[in-house]
Amino acid sequence: MQHAAPRTIGETLLKVEDVSLGFGGVKALSGVSFDVRRGEIRAIIGPNGAGKSSMLNCINGFYQPSDGRITYKGKARGAMRPYEAARDGIARTFQNIALFRGMSTLDNIMTGRMLKMNRGFLWQCLHWGPAQKEEIEHREAVERVIDFLEIQAIRKVPVGRLPYGLQKRVELGRALAAEPELLLLDEPMAGMNLEEKEDMCRFILDVNEQFGTTIALIEHDMGVVMDISDRVVVLEYGRKIADGVPDEVKADPKVIDAYLGTGHG
Amino acid sequence: MNGGISGDSTLDTFPKLLMRNALARGQRPAMREKDLGIWQSWTWAESAAEIRRIACGLAAIGVAREDKVVLVGDNRPRLYWSICAAQALGAVPVPVYQDAVADEMAFVIEHAEARVAVAEDQEQVDKLLLIRERTGLPKTIVYDDPRGMRNYANEGLVDFERLLAGGDDLAKRQPGFLDAEIARGKGSDASVMLYTSGTTGQPKGVLLTYENVIRTAENAIRFDGLTQDDDILAYLPMAWVGDHIFSYAEAYVAGFCVSCPESGATVMTDLKEIGPSFFFAPPRIFENILTQVAIRMEDAGAVKRWLFHTFMGIARRTGIAMMDGKDVSLVDRLLYALGERLVYGPLKNALGLARMRVGYTAGEAIGPDIFDFYRSLGLNLKQLYGATETSVFICMQPDGQIKSDTVGIPAPEVDIKIEESGEVLVRSPGIFKTYYKNDAATAAAKTADGFYRTGDAGFFDKDGHLKIIDRAKDVGRLSDGTLFAPKYIENKLKFFSYIKEAVAFGHGREYVACFVNIDLEAAGNWAERRGIAYASYQELAAKPEVLALVQECVEKANRDLSEDPALAGSQIRRFLVLHKELDADDGELTRTRKVRRGFIADRYGDLVEGLYSGRERAHIATTVTFEDGRKGRIEADLAIREAQRFAPAAHVELRKAG
Repeated sequence: MQHAAPRTIGETLLKVEDVSLGFGGVKALSGVSFDVRRGEIRAIIGPNGAGKSSMLNCINGFYQPSDGRITYKGKARGAMRPYEAARDGIARTFQNIALFRGMSTLDNIMTGRMLKMNRGFLWQCLHWGPAQKEEIEHREAVERVIDFLEIQAIRKVPVGRLPYGLQKRVELGRALAAEPELLLLDEPMAGMNLEEKEDMCRFILDVNEQFGTTIALIEHDMGVVMDISDRVVVLEYGRKIADGVPDEVKADPKVIDAYLGTGHG
Repeated sequence: MNGGISGDSTLDTFPKLLMRNALARGQRPAMREKDLGIWQSWTWAESAAEIRRIACGLAAIGVAREDKVVLVGDNRPRLYWSICAAQALGAVPVPVYQDAVADEMAFVIEHAEARVAVAEDQEQVDKLLLIRERTGLPKTIVYDDPRGMRNYANEGLVDFERLLAGGDDLAKRQPGFLDAEIARGKGSDASVMLYTSGTTGQPKGVLLTYENVIRTAENAIRFDGLTQDDDILAYLPMAWVGDHIFSYAEAYVAGFCVSCPESGATVMTDLKEIGPSFFFAPPRIFENILTQVAIRMEDAGAVKRWLFHTFMGIARRTGIAMMDGKDVSLVDRLLYALGERLVYGPLKNALGLARMRVGYTAGEAIGPDIFDFYRSLGLNLKQLYGATETSVFICMQPDGQIKSDTVGIPAPEVDIKIEESGEVLVRSPGIFKTYYKNDAATAAAKTADGFYRTGDAGFFDKDGHLKIIDRAKDVGRLSDGTLFAPKYIENKLKFFSYIKEAVAFGHGREYVACFVNIDLEAAGNWAERRGIAYASYQELAAKPEVLALVQECVEKANRDLSEDPALAGSQIRRFLVLHKELDADDGELTRTRKVRRGFIADRYGDLVEGLYSGRERAHIATTVTFEDGRKGRIEADLAIREAQRFAPAAHVELRKAG
């Protein structure tokens, strides 16, 4: 396929400098630095326990780094709550799916619009006039996500009844509904079969291409990541051991050791 | 006028019928589609306006009289409109199966010499581009859905909006152009070209004229009393003649509304929302629906289950008799009315069939149990028999004369004669003009006096209903001379919900043997209920419990066969359950899901030999094609089983199994 307009990768959107995080005596992250540029797909990989999820949790404000600095959109961030990060245009998915299992796909994705709703609780209860108009607008945005992810057939199915691969897709849908600038994906392909993985890859690429969304994703399956990412950071035992384009990283002896070395079997 | 049939000889093409509809019923709905979860509709006037724009747009990119325009995609309003738009220019629309892989599509595009194609989305465009690399055609590809298409820089790619803009431009420059083109069309022109699925050899392009299609549609509409108030859901492949007649031709002639489902996966939901009054489905869809109902009832609470089974018993006893106008006692009538309130009504509503006045099934034989299930609910489900070459209708079942094992009486204006070989010959206004660029095949299929050879073997029963047993050329003999009708046997097996496909062998052999494909959903559910764990089709198919289940079905089929003296000798002696599902992508089924027996016999030669040797196991290695077109390889060691057979009619055991 010929691509006429190559994707543009812009200035630095997020900068992580010297970030450390400890839980009691355990050092989850020590002195990690990297950056994410606007419009790129950035992967954070590493063996189990390398600190990947901790890194993601620091970025979206769930954890506070004990040391170091995170700069987002040119502003250094102080202590921040996750909802503030969300308001700032960061959305995420979770490694072990955090959907409302009893609610339908539609309602789950609708929760992704929460922060975009202007009318208060009472207005929503009244469901009249401006509140109704607003809901219709949000519903339309949600329907666009449903259309984009091709999940029309499960619109009204409670997510608890869906197979795992589809639940992952609904979770991506909820994150997309927030129209994020930076999308954080925590192991989007974990536990999927080959076909589901390929679908997910296509959706990730489409999101990036169609909406220009910057994506930072965590994976421990190297193969998939190398195919879709622009740049890759490799963590091991909470430290950064490599950073660069997929081909460089793949050839890096430290990375090969971390993945194939005796320590991690 | 409500009926829509005018018999007006000036309305001899679809574009002319469209203009009539835009005037006569301009404000009535013509087309519906769900967009962002909400049904959108277009009136006949709006549809006509869109079609005019598309037609002018096609003219602007060079489509001219007698050009072939390929259409490929799911059922979408714009694709249906493009059919009529092409016809308005005197071009011939060629709908292609949307799930065909590039190789299959390439043949059609090259054979039809299609310079222009209208594609639904990126998936289809990718295939067409691949085909163009090899064959140079189609030169221009129009696409509807722009998703993912932003970065395509290939030549000759036209976005639908751009096509429309070009059309508006042309209409401004030459205001009288389109009306003049429409007026030039006449009834004897080619109206559509449909490729037959090709159970044997390469597909053939069947050219149907406007006269063929419109006359046949008029007859069918009159037969079932369809009006502009009817509603239909267009969800079957547009390349299939049935969809073309029901969702296009009949809609234009009668003026009713056609709804397009949101996606292939949402058909059941859309069905419920639209509640079509006229519904067509091949038997496998009716089977699937029934399987779903059965599975859900097994999961239901005890009270619901009791209600369901009790009232279904009543329905089976009285429902069909009531529909056929036979005498039914007052008590039974009351019970049935109660059942309608408690069970049948809600069930029909849940299935989206509550408003169905007429339902048809065709293409394959339908299981008597399945057929009776729907009819006992008070649904007017009927069978018809037809072919692409006859613009569908050969036989239809009139109301009140429905039988599950015949296809009914000849449709209006249809002559049928049966040759000595048993082959069914047909003459009707719907008989096709020619096979495109294939005079030899045309000559072979049409007799000098205008009859079309259906290639099916059948006979009329005592009530004048036609009964089809198999393809004439497939009807064979065992080595001892016993009649062997493979499809008849396969259908008997497929009527069991656990069996999805079957392939019977026996011509020139000592006995009948067969391959079986289990139905993953039904057999899987059965296995889960018994705590049998499995991870894949292959694993489930090899479970001894499943083999025993299939054996039971085979033996029941044998018992059935034994009741018919002519076929009692063709009971199944040995069978095996295949390790993979037969798949059109591997060439084992046609796109309309008919088994390609000869191909399968070659491909699984080792297994066939296993069936005719005394061995109890057979080994096989095959390549499979995945959905993305890549190939893989699977191997398996399959168990061969011996089934019990029964003496003709008397039901005396012949020999103990295995």
